Amino acid sequence: MPLRVRVVAERCQGHNRCCALAPELFEADELGNSRVIGDGSVPEALRAKAELAMKNCPEHAVVLRED
Amino acid sequence: MSKRPPVEDWGTDFDHRDPRWVENPYPIWDELRRRCPVAHSTRFEDGAYFASRYEEVRAIAYDSEHFSSRRVIVRERKVPLQSSPPITSDPPEHTPARKLLLPAFTPQAIAKLEPGTRAICRELLERIGASAGCDAAVDYAQHIPVRVIAHMLGVPEDDGDRFREWIHLVLEVGNTDESVILPTLQEMNAYFAGWIERRRAEPGDDLISFLLKARVDGAPLALPHFLGTLRLLLIAGIDTTWSAIGASLWHLATHPADRRRLAADRALLPTAVEEFLRAYAPVTMAREVAKQAEVGGCTFREKGQVLLSFPAANRDPAVFPDADKVLIDRTENRHAAFGLGRHRCLGSNLARMELTVALDEWLARLPEFRLADGARVRWSEGTVRGPRRLPVAFPGARGGV
Repeated sequence: MPLRVRVVAERCQGHNRCCALAPELFEADELGNSRVIGDGSVPEALRAKAELAMKNCPEHAVVLRED
Repeated sequence: MSKRPPVEDWGTDFDHRDPRWVENPYPIWDELRRRCPVAHSTRFEDGAYFASRYEEVRAIAYDSEHFSSRRVIVRERKVPLQSSPPITSDPPEHTPARKLLLPAFTPQAIAKLEPGTRAICRELLERIGASAGCDAAVDYAQHIPVRVIAHMLGVPEDDGDRFREWIHLVLEVGNTDESVILPTLQEMNAYFAGWIERRRAEPGDDLISFLLKARVDGAPLALPHFLGTLRLLLIAGIDTTWSAIGASLWHLATHPADRRRLAADRALLPTAVEEFLRAYAPVTMAREVAKQAEVGGCTFREKGQVLLSFPAANRDPAVFPDADKVLIDRTENRHAAFGLGRHRCLGSNLARMELTVALDEWLARLPEFRLADGARVRWSEGTVRGPRRLPVAFPGARGGV
């Protein structure tokens, strides 16, 4: 099943852990809040990095979903 | 200064300035988590609360309606409110004051400072050179953030001794002797007012010039706001990172297996840095109870001071498996060293960069080190915890021990 990541904007406080752990999937905007790159679909090869980003977000703002 | 009797019961009479807490707070927090997750003390004006579990720390950090940031330091006697936006701001003033500063601290903006930081570390290590030992806090850690923040603010790096003295007075001495606080803040204001005028005449590529151009609701920053923010950037940017670098080097000096492993494989630095931040989180914040609240089954009474310990939350075994062990390859690490919620440390990207570079350069140059024989390590007390004296020896060096 394809995996998707999302950053819940109301929760993100700009710790930027996801950007550091999975720079292929996340980037920081001009205020330093995180956002997904593209539509958030995760290639199989980046599944582990997406999970790492989720498990290291102090605000629980990174959400994974199997479509 | 008042004479303080020793603490007999940490649950009903805690004191974070007690020498046992300053030296090694972790067993105290473990005991409190089991026995009394919200502790109280009447040693501080209007009483103070201390939450030792992650759950309550998080609940308080997220609740700015009941827990105001207008006081961010627990003091024996409250001083008149000092505004240092955005750290002392609550909603709705908080967001605009913070937004102003955020662009200067994004990962992209901070990455540009890395080469300069590396050069500072190398220069310090060059000076330590081939000696048999040094004080890792005094000769190394303390200089790095001072020079980086001075560069960012566009003020002379040589003023570092003054900056450290101000911080010592505001954050340590002032916890017990509040008479030093106002004169120190006035001295800082006079210093920064001079620099604001210089940059108004001669703008540069620095934070003061950047803030001179900033607008809130179309208006330039009012002087008290401007000065409060500059005091904050200086205070928050220095001894926090100095403490994080020092505590990490203390760990490596006292844990040879971790030191050898990290020196041999510096690719472990990203997880090691996060683990040092978790285990030795330097910063304890504070709140003031704005409206009576119930958290963790305890009543927080209006006006009470709250010691908001992210370091204690980071040691909570309910959230972190093997919380009392330092695992430099820990991959799941939702630590709260930079706070939680809207007041997340503005400088977290800067601090992470400085800590990573400082350890990387040190380990490249000085992979062999340990505490010096008979070393007396001295830890700072109060809001920011880190080693202020850290004598280390280089066993391999010429004349080494």
